Amino acid sequence: MKKIEAIIQPFKLEEVKEALKNIGIDGMTITEVRGHGRQKGHKEVYRGHEYNVDLLPKIKVEMVLPDLRVEEALKTLAGAARTGNIGDGKIFVFDVAEAIRIRNDDRGESAL
Amino acid sequence: MFLRGRFRLLFAGSVLTALCLLNAVTLFAQQPPDKVAALEAAVKSAQSAGDNAWMLVSSALVLMMTGPGLALFYGGLVRRKNVLATMMQSFILMAVITVLWAFVGYSLAFGEGSPVIGDLRYMFLNGVGADPNADYAATIPQQTFMVYQLMFAIITPALISGAFAERMKFTAMLLYSILWALFVYFPMAHMVWGKGGFLNAFLGGTIPCLDFAGGTVVHITSGMSALACALYMGKRKGYPDEPMKPHSLVLSFIGACLLWVGWFGFNAGSALGASSLATSAFVATHFAAAAGALGWIAAEWMKHGKPSVLGGISGCVAGLVAITPASGFVAPMPALFIGFAAGVVCYLMVAVVKNKLGYDDSLDAFGVHGIGGTLGAILTGVFATNAVNNALKDPAGKVLPLGLVDGNGGQILNQAIGSAIAIALGIVGSFIILKIVDMVVGVRVDARDEQTGLDLTQHGEEGYNLDA
Repeated sequence: MKKIEAIIQPFKLEEVKEALKNIGIDGMTITEVRGHGRQKGHKEVYRGHEYNVDLLPKIKVEMVLPDLRVEEALKTLAGAARTGNIGDGKIFVFDVAEAIRIRNDDRGESAL
Repeated sequence: MFLRGRFRLLFAGSVLTALCLLNAVTLFAQQPPDKVAALEAAVKSAQSAGDNAWMLVSSALVLMMTGPGLALFYGGLVRRKNVLATMMQSFILMAVITVLWAFVGYSLAFGEGSPVIGDLRYMFLNGVGADPNADYAATIPQQTFMVYQLMFAIITPALISGAFAERMKFTAMLLYSILWALFVYFPMAHMVWGKGGFLNAFLGGTIPCLDFAGGTVVHITSGMSALACALYMGKRKGYPDEPMKPHSLVLSFIGACLLWVGWFGFNAGSALGASSLATSAFVATHFAAAAGALGWIAAEWMKHGKPSVLGGISGCVAGLVAITPASGFVAPMPALFIGFAAGVVCYLMVAVVKNKLGYDDSLDAFGVHGIGGTLGAILTGVFATNAVNNALKDPAGKVLPLGLVDGNGGQILNQAIGSAIAIALGIVGSFIILKIVDMVVGVRVDARDEQTGLDLTQHGEEGYNLDA
């Protein structure tokens, strides 16, 4: 099992969800986050006082998948989230030791 | 209420016609004195109804400026953790100053006393009832005049809260506001508007200062006190390095627009009747607000490349502040000029000068009200004209010139003296009061409470419980 954690542009969320759904991946957890990599922030001015906003709003998408589905999911996700501009985000993949379905104690891939 | 006023006017009209006919018929019956008296009473009552209707509406409009107007304007400008505390600083004064006004405030401001403070003749509103006080407003009940003036006493200390926002203890703020009303506002109001006050141009002042709706009394005193507060309290923790963005310009926007509307009660209401002077003040007020918004936006657009919403609403408030002393004395074109000038000058003050000097006037109460108020007070001396307001007469009844445009350049000096007294009283009074409050309860919340936010630490609640 692998966990995919993707930080994407907020306005790309719908496209990403749709693309994953089309290859049969439904389960995911979404968090509104703020952060920045190489993308520079922007300047805001309130009554002449300048603020550099460098932590930008992003969406974090998390999902855990059986090993066999990971490669396809990564391709789809990256393809849907890409605009080609700086700030598109990153995807990280982790090994997952265990998964438990709380409702009935299913374990491992059958819990996904 | 409006309909009723109309109806009463019509009623008075028909009474008048009927009485005229009756008069002609009964001329031979030799009873005219009674009829004439009845006629006079009917006309008087009709005017009183119209004036009183407008003054009650104006009173409500001015209260609306404090809550929700100013509370929203300021509340939106602070960080989320301080929104309730900031709104409370306006709201609580609607309650506290009202009680103080009933006990002694009205009397100290408008009782006929010494040149600097009123006496106690109206203490506990003794004798303030349905009969007009002819010195102030001959056509409305004195009780209307009293409650109208109360609304000014409420908003003035509330304006100061912009300077100490996000760091003052609630108890300290209460104590400060009460002492400030007693020792700064009531004397200043008496000097400029009270009978025998020594800056009162119309009721026997030695230095005739023109202040139609409160440029010196309201905006200079509060704005200068704001500066004293900002200096005495010190900066907010983290200012100016940590970001302290306004948490909701949407709230501020609604608040500023309510202020714009409420200001018609503030300025046009200061005519103290539904007269053509009220119309003139209404027009001047509106034009200055519009020009103020444009002035600020234009200056900002040139300097920062973008016309901001906060700039627009700040500019309209600056224009409204500056036109306040002038509103009942100037024609529409000078009103446009005064508003525009205030928009530009106040922008430069808060966006350039403040950042250079480094004091933390959190919401720019000094930059907008202190500077805009002083500018307006001085420009009143330039543009005031008896073509708009001919109330100032010499003992022989001859209408006197008002400002520079009437050929009375000396009025600018009178305005400067009035402003200087308001500046001195505001700054010195506030420093002394802050010192006393600091010794009694301490003015500032401790560092941890400031970090946590005043909503939780002072009031035990939060403004936004979105997960509730």
